Amino acid sequence: MLHTVNKSPFNSTDLEDCLRYAQSGDSILLFQDAVYAAMAGTKVEASVKGAMGDKKVYALSADLKARGVVNTIDGIQTVDYGGFVDLTSADKVNCW
Amino acid sequence: MSEAPEKIMFVFKNPPHGNIHAYEGLEFVLITAAYEQDITLVFIGDGILALKKDQDTQELGIKGFMKTWRTLDDYEVEKLYVDKKSMEERGLTPDDLIVPVEVKEANDISGIMKEQHVIYPF
Repeated sequence: MLHTVNKSPFNSTDLEDCLRYAQSGDSILLFQDAVYAAMAGTKVEASVKGAMGDKKVYALSADLKARGVVNTIDGIQTVDYGGFVDLTSADKVNCW
Repeated sequence: MSEAPEKIMFVFKNPPHGNIHAYEGLEFVLITAAYEQDITLVFIGDGILALKKDQDTQELGIKGFMKTWRTLDDYEVEKLYVDKKSMEERGLTPDDLIVPVEVKEANDISGIMKEQHVIYPF
């Protein structure tokens, strides 16, 4: 399953909820304000890294650039809009 | 205006592109600054992210307003405070931000809030 998150991890529990429900082998796509979760050095870095042990985490490049998120957590894959479409069409989607 | 300037505080709480609050707030600051009021800007929570360097909104197809923050200095809006805890939670230091800011504890910001005539949240 693909989980998509679009709210800031600092003022919404969407990411936290998503990580609690996502299962091994699932994918998580961060876009809009959720790309702040991909920023290195934040208070949610540890939980994102924890999820990356058995899940793939993606972030939308246009949203990273718009927000100046240059230093992302190692191992997070960036995707463009085409990649976003590929991910959503390849799997069931759960929008948090 | 002949009256003494009002002490006006703008509190930025929202990230820059997910909603219009930060943009509207900045517009309001610039309009208010034209009337030579005593203006203070405070950035707490995700509001700090509006000041993040390296923002490039080209791929979103929007103009962005990152550069507008730099005009504050021309309007003599020089009191920009950021909340220490919010900075730490986001792994940011003043070097990561577009404009010079002073990092303050919530308690100090609270004291400055008490001195204001008006506080506008954005």
